[in-house]
Amino acid sequence: MDIVYTIWLRSVRLYLRSKSRIIGSLGMPLFLMLVLGFGLDAVVQIPGMEEGYMDFLIPGIVAMSVLFTSIFSGIQIIWDKRFGFLKATLVAPVSRLEIMIGQTLGGATAAVIQGLILMVLALLIGLHPISITGFLIAIGFMALIGVTFTALGIAIASRMEDMHGFQLIMNFIIFLIFGLSGALFPIDGVPDYIRPLTLADPLTYGVEGIRYGLSGTAQIHPLTCLVVLAASAALMIVVGAYLFRKIES
Amino acid sequence: MSHSNTSGRADPPPAIEVRNLTKAFGDLVAVDKISFSIASGEIFGLLGPNGAGKTTTISMLATIQRPTSGTATINGYDIVGQEDDVRRSIGIVFQEQSLDEELTAYENMDFHGRLYRISGEERRRRIDELLTLVGLSDRKNSLVKTYSGGMRRRLEIARGLLHEPKILFLDEPTLGLDPQTRNHLWEYIARLNEEKGITIILTTHYMEEADRLCDRVAIIDRGTIVVLDTAENLKNSIGGDIVTITSPDPDAIAGLLTAPWISAIEQHDGSVTIHLQEADRHIPGIVTAIHQSGIGITSLSVRKPTLEDVFLHYTGRTIRDEGADSKESMRMAHRARRR
Ligand SMILES: Nc1ncnc2c1ncn2[C@@H]1O[C@H](COP(=O)(O)OP(=O)(O)OP(=O)(O)O)[C@@H](O)[C@H]1O
Ligand SMILES: [Mg+2]
Repeated sequence: MDIVYTIWLRSVRLYLRSKSRIIGSLGMPLFLMLVLGFGLDAVVQIPGMEEGYMDFLIPGIVAMSVLFTSIFSGIQIIWDKRFGFLKATLVAPVSRLEIMIGQTLGGATAAVIQGLILMVLALLIGLHPISITGFLIAIGFMALIGVTFTALGIAIASRMEDMHGFQLIMNFIIFLIFGLSGALFPIDGVPDYIRPLTLADPLTYGVEGIRYGLSGTAQIHPLTCLVVLAASAALMIVVGAYLFRKIES
Repeated sequence: MSHSNTSGRADPPPAIEVRNLTKAFGDLVAVDKISFSIASGEIFGLLGPNGAGKTTTISMLATIQRPTSGTATINGYDIVGQEDDVRRSIGIVFQEQSLDEELTAYENMDFHGRLYRISGEERRRRIDELLTLVGLSDRKNSLVKTYSGGMRRRLEIARGLLHEPKILFLDEPTLGLDPQTRNHLWEYIARLNEEKGITIILTTHYMEEADRLCDRVAIIDRGTIVVLDTAENLKNSIGGDIVTITSPDPDAIAGLLTAPWISAIEQHDGSVTIHLQEADRHIPGIVTAIHQSGIGITSLSVRKPTLEDVFLHYTGRTIRDEGADSKESMRMAHRARRR
């Protein structure tokens, strides 16, 4: 546990220290929130939802922010590898599983903090106030998204030799995960041939879960969301740990 | 291979015992069946040019890379199968930098101390002590990215010592440092060895470093150990003195000198190197002989052999041919890219 904490501490410390990264990665979500949110608020009516599109969109954007931060935190391992730091860690008498878990929890923590900052900004922009319970539910789902995708980032980083594939990964995987999830649109309206993909996307359940917490309405039952997302997180940890075990420093 | 330790008493078990250790990367055999053993408390040097296999050897001993074949024990533990025990016994300073630049010196040390499960109070005490020792205590709260190369190096050494390893690996510890810092580090390494009895194995391509610091030196070239002994014995082994003559016709000189007191003659671009005992006595004879044959002498010098000569003698190349300089600029380039 000490080791997990040590790795977690470093990861969170690095995140909190990278002020420009924290602020910089607020830009895109805020932009989407403002442009899409205000732009479509009046014209889009989500079936079964009293509030406007803004309230529908915000949970999706929060989830996106958590997704970006967590994948990025996982990918961070490539830098550690590149700059030799990983080698110094791996030569210590600690198990790789401990390192991987610490890194995963650290990334998830950073992602939740990032999501929280965005949520607070969203309240200022126009998100309707929420109950404490709803807020805690949203945080729980953010944490699960964080764990799932930090572990995915670690899995990817463990297989990547250097930064060459980085752009591809960022563009392809992240936007696929984000685009297919119901972050921007209600999943009931998705064409039949895309629907299975949306339902196979773990982020879908994260978005729906956060949406349930923040607005009280969701198209997938929150318990289903919880079970599927928790299972995804567990699976990604197993895959990430397996690939990280084989990493050559 | 000869050992200087000839006492008949039962020696303490060796700190490091290496048997036919081999590492191949595909077709390339980076380390080729090397064997040696290092006594507890010894400073042992691996001296060799770029690509000789020094880092690969250290990596295998430190359980970072698995050997292709062969075995080794560190502090009595097998490097394959008892990795964690080996890891607890060793400290290592890598050739390439391995600090976290976004953390402060103190945080780097603290991270490392926690990885080795050193408890809080003890950890703080040792960190302060070590940072003072390497002269970084007044900068301990600065981010490492604001450190100079020498400061980073010293920090890495301090970090390698934090968990009080029995055996310390130093892979090119002074590469890229200025002479003053290098001297400082040498003194420090020698003191560590003396005061704490830490066994040290270091790699270097600085002859002077191996000569000054190491009890024994192994010259490693193309993955094999060419020769292993004390620096003193190595230097004596190639003849007592060295006479270097430059001349327009070095071939003729090499052909001319055949006296029994000459132990070896080598030619390198325009000069002849003669290894012999008691140069003072024989120089007049040599000069006369060359003179009588009508061969010109551009210059002549006499000196005691250095490890440089030993290296040249055993490998047929000078270590600097392979470019200490090019290596240093590589390291600098590597660092520059990280910015
Ligand atoms: N991971 C690797 N894959 C393939 N070849 C490798 C690998 N690591 C080392 N080598 C090769 O093995 C040989 C020995 O390399 P090594 O790094 O051990 O040399 P070295 O003595 O430490 O050299 P230097 O003084 O430049 O540090 C070199 O030819 C190198 O190219
Ligand atoms: Mg090397």
